[in-house]
Amino acid sequence: MPSTRIVVTGLGATSPVGGDVATTWQAMLSGTSGIARLEDEWAETLPVKIGGRVAVEPSEVLDRVKARRLDRSSQFAMVAADQAWADAGLEGSGLEPERLAVAVASGIGGVTTLLANYDALLEKGPRRVSPLAVPMLMPNAPAANVSLKYGARAAVHAPTSACASGNEAIAMAIDLIRLGRADVVLAGGTEAAIHPLPMAAFANMMALSKTGSEEGGDPTRVSRPWDVARDGFVLGEGGAVLVLESEEHARARGAKIYAEVLGAGISNDAHDIAQPDPEGRGGTRAIRMALREGDVDPATVVHVNAHATSTPKGDIAEGLMLHAVLGEHVDRCVVTSTKSMTGHLLGGAGALEAVATVMALHDRVSPPTINLDDKDPEVDLDIPTSRRDLPEGDIVGLNNSFGFGGANVAVAFGSVTGSTK
Amino acid sequence: MATTEEIRADLADIVNEVAGVDADDVQLDKSFVDDLDVDSLSMVEVVVAAEEKFGVTIPDDEVKNLKTVGDAVAFIERSQG
Repeated sequence: MPSTRIVVTGLGATSPVGGDVATTWQAMLSGTSGIARLEDEWAETLPVKIGGRVAVEPSEVLDRVKARRLDRSSQFAMVAADQAWADAGLEGSGLEPERLAVAVASGIGGVTTLLANYDALLEKGPRRVSPLAVPMLMPNAPAANVSLKYGARAAVHAPTSACASGNEAIAMAIDLIRLGRADVVLAGGTEAAIHPLPMAAFANMMALSKTGSEEGGDPTRVSRPWDVARDGFVLGEGGAVLVLESEEHARARGAKIYAEVLGAGISNDAHDIAQPDPEGRGGTRAIRMALREGDVDPATVVHVNAHATSTPKGDIAEGLMLHAVLGEHVDRCVVTSTKSMTGHLLGGAGALEAVATVMALHDRVSPPTINLDDKDPEVDLDIPTSRRDLPEGDIVGLNNSFGFGGANVAVAFGSVTGSTK
Repeated sequence: MATTEEIRADLADIVNEVAGVDADDVQLDKSFVDDLDVDSLSMVEVVVAAEEKFGVTIPDDEVKNLKTVGDAVAFIERSQG
């Protein structure tokens, strides 16, 4: 692989714990849950009545007429991309459109648009199906809408690998820059699947926790990665976008640099359509590949934003992966699952957690994992329950994502000298 | 029976909702495309919403003849009559 260095120069996010990166990051550091009982009328009919709605409705931020032409997943992507673009100072920077690419993923696509139009078809007939339905619901719509807004003409990609999608988009952005196809990539993921159909489906496959939905239950206590009482994930929604840029391009325009993007690893389990390989062999290969691509010494990996969704098998498998790759160094590695606070954003998860990983390296502090009252004895990792400072010097953070279908994606980020709190 | 002005006002609300055009600008002499900047997909949305609101059918072949707000109001009046 050519050794083009890549850096992160802008961040954007809208999540269950905040409408922007600053709010989201502070909420994560203070261990704030974004999970609540859903206020939607339909939720009362479901076995699972809790979820992580975004803290700030996109309608409060986006132009009304533009927003009504966007599926909710695209709305989140636009909100996050607008923030990232502004944060990176790219407006008026002279960046050529042919050197700007977009890689923004979603796991499920515009599912609420699809189902709303199906309802209209059944209730009122084909004439009532929106002429905008297809461009709104297609899974590449979030990427396409971001590319239209910023005139990105190098490429527009929307990798779909379920819950690994957001992280795969970042891996793809690395390739685009290293292959010389773009200087700057708006990379991220988004998901808006809080709707009775996907929720019923996830609940029926025993993936969602049914805890906390009872009268008087506490929804904030349900997402509990690595805790013995974990019994499934909590569905969240939102999106995040990072500006990845060749270091040369970033330095030439004097951009602020949050972190370096060292390398990515992608592998596949070919084990089961929904279950992870119980030994985590595919994930192990992906993590190892990310470190090798970035020429990373495992001793410098001091932080992992884990995929850990709060499911019984997946959380254990990820611990095995980290032990396999980091060996004895795993003892010095501070591991967190921010899903304990945000719930699982599916295709948005890898991107939001990449933002958290970058912020952790930049501020040299790891967010806690909340609700970890009684750690599963099968998990031998250092998982703080309150924020924990990370060491000085050159440090590396890993962001892991694993998806239904078998995809495993790991991305390694490195601290930038001078970025201390 | 709705008056011409009532139909225009209701249609103006639809155009505002779909395309964000100020409802006061949606006057009988205004062209959807040239004056109000309503693009072709938005026009389909306006037509479908108008069919529902006014209880009429506006065939696809007819839509191209509805160049101005007045054309649309007149078509709706004829269809309702």
